[in-house]
Amino acid sequence: MARVQVVAAYPITPQTIIVERIAEMVERGELNAKYIRVESEHSALAAVYGAAMGGARAFTATSSHGLLYMYEMLWWAAYSKAPIVMAVVTRTIGPPWNIHSDHHDILSVRDSGWIIAMAENVQEAFDLTLQAFRIGEDKRVLQPVMVGLDAFVLSHTAEPLELPEQSDVDAWLPPREPLPFVMEPGKPFAVGNVGPNEFTMELRWCVWRAMERAKRVIKEVDEEYRKIAGRSYGGLVERYRLEDAKYVVVAWGAWCGDMKEAVDILRSEGYPIGLLRIRFARPFPREELIEAASGAKAMLVMDRAVSMGMEGIFSMEVKSVVGGRVPVKNVVAGLGGVDVSYDEFVEIFRKFIDEYESGKYIDWTLPEWYMPWRGGSR
Amino acid sequence: MNGKFWKYVPQNLELEAEEDLRNFLRYLLAHPTPGSAGATGTWRTLKPVIHVDKCVKCGMCWLYCPENVITWRPGEYPSIDYTYCKGCGVCSSVCPRGAIEMVVEGE
Repeated sequence: MARVQVVAAYPITPQTIIVERIAEMVERGELNAKYIRVESEHSALAAVYGAAMGGARAFTATSSHGLLYMYEMLWWAAYSKAPIVMAVVTRTIGPPWNIHSDHHDILSVRDSGWIIAMAENVQEAFDLTLQAFRIGEDKRVLQPVMVGLDAFVLSHTAEPLELPEQSDVDAWLPPREPLPFVMEPGKPFAVGNVGPNEFTMELRWCVWRAMERAKRVIKEVDEEYRKIAGRSYGGLVERYRLEDAKYVVVAWGAWCGDMKEAVDILRSEGYPIGLLRIRFARPFPREELIEAASGAKAMLVMDRAVSMGMEGIFSMEVKSVVGGRVPVKNVVAGLGGVDVSYDEFVEIFRKFIDEYESGKYIDWTLPEWYMPWRGGSR
Repeated sequence: MNGKFWKYVPQNLELEAEEDLRNFLRYLLAHPTPGSAGATGTWRTLKPVIHVDKCVKCGMCWLYCPENVITWRPGEYPSIDYTYCKGCGVCSSVCPRGAIEMVVEGE
């Protein structure tokens, strides 16, 4: 749909299906792209980066260890503002060997300069990937974009999809422009040579500014997409029953679907609770978070990734923006792909509200790990 | 928001993006021109001298010179641009006939 021109990827569970299907489509002639077989993820991103430098629209996909294998190239691509799109099927990092979903892999690279988004369901994964090309290639942004989807829960789940019309997509997503620059044989130049250190800081400032501009571009693209596909999600965040919410849960990923069930159950019991689903971790939705916190008594951040020696990753980010305005509780759950069902969310959310109302939120400085097989939260 | 301390709140996205792109290209890309590092020939302590009686015009020295200061076309003798030759000695080392001698500079 996006008329990708170059794909280079290395298979890793649970991304293998993506790679295999794309290879099949290229083989059958359905996708007019060059598929480069590489021997590692580092080479995959290097090949895709090279293609992007040559002016092609390029795509790759990976997961956990594959993402870590291409770590060096991630930074290279983002700091040289190459508009690449990468699907990251989030998978636990070993040891132990674990193919199920948690969010450490994609969040571990949040400093790199990539725009990072996460889908809640298969339809959104499709929509986000298509939008990723439009956002990354926008001349006001020009950064690579990562689209996350939970392992197996999304990557191996079949859902009926609504696709926009190809002609509408072509009108909305034109062929790539030669930005920020394109290398041509015969007109050689050097990219990223050694220079005065001030040049480096200036380059980082450029990437920073692009990220700030990306916030508005993402919202615009979300609105544009509504016109061609009939769907929009709300931009950097999705607001679920937040209008009069006094208790706000913040999270991202597929498990938000179950959280919405829990929110509905608690709402029917009279609790004024809502969910702020983060769609883009980078650029981080500061303004949306501040707005949600302004009417709230307390916030609960559900993390599926924790920074060892500190606390849940989103909890740190949320607290840095609104920690001084509302009490924030952090619950770490679902690591290693442990399933958290909607009634477990009901239990977690209810406990959060009860703790606030009984004044126990003073104890919220430490993150709580939800491990129900041990007989209740610790 | 000027002088030493800078914050960025996007106002006019298109204009700011254009300015950022110009800066970005200026700082990230380098368009090298011949001799852009200056007269590196002054760095030499040893100088390669081609003895044409031994040279068989194979072009190996031209191929291996890391600074591209040797000019050669098939069927002709190579010639060295001493303004930029740094005297590294790779040409002398790869010459299959030993036709290039490294002599001390100034002799």
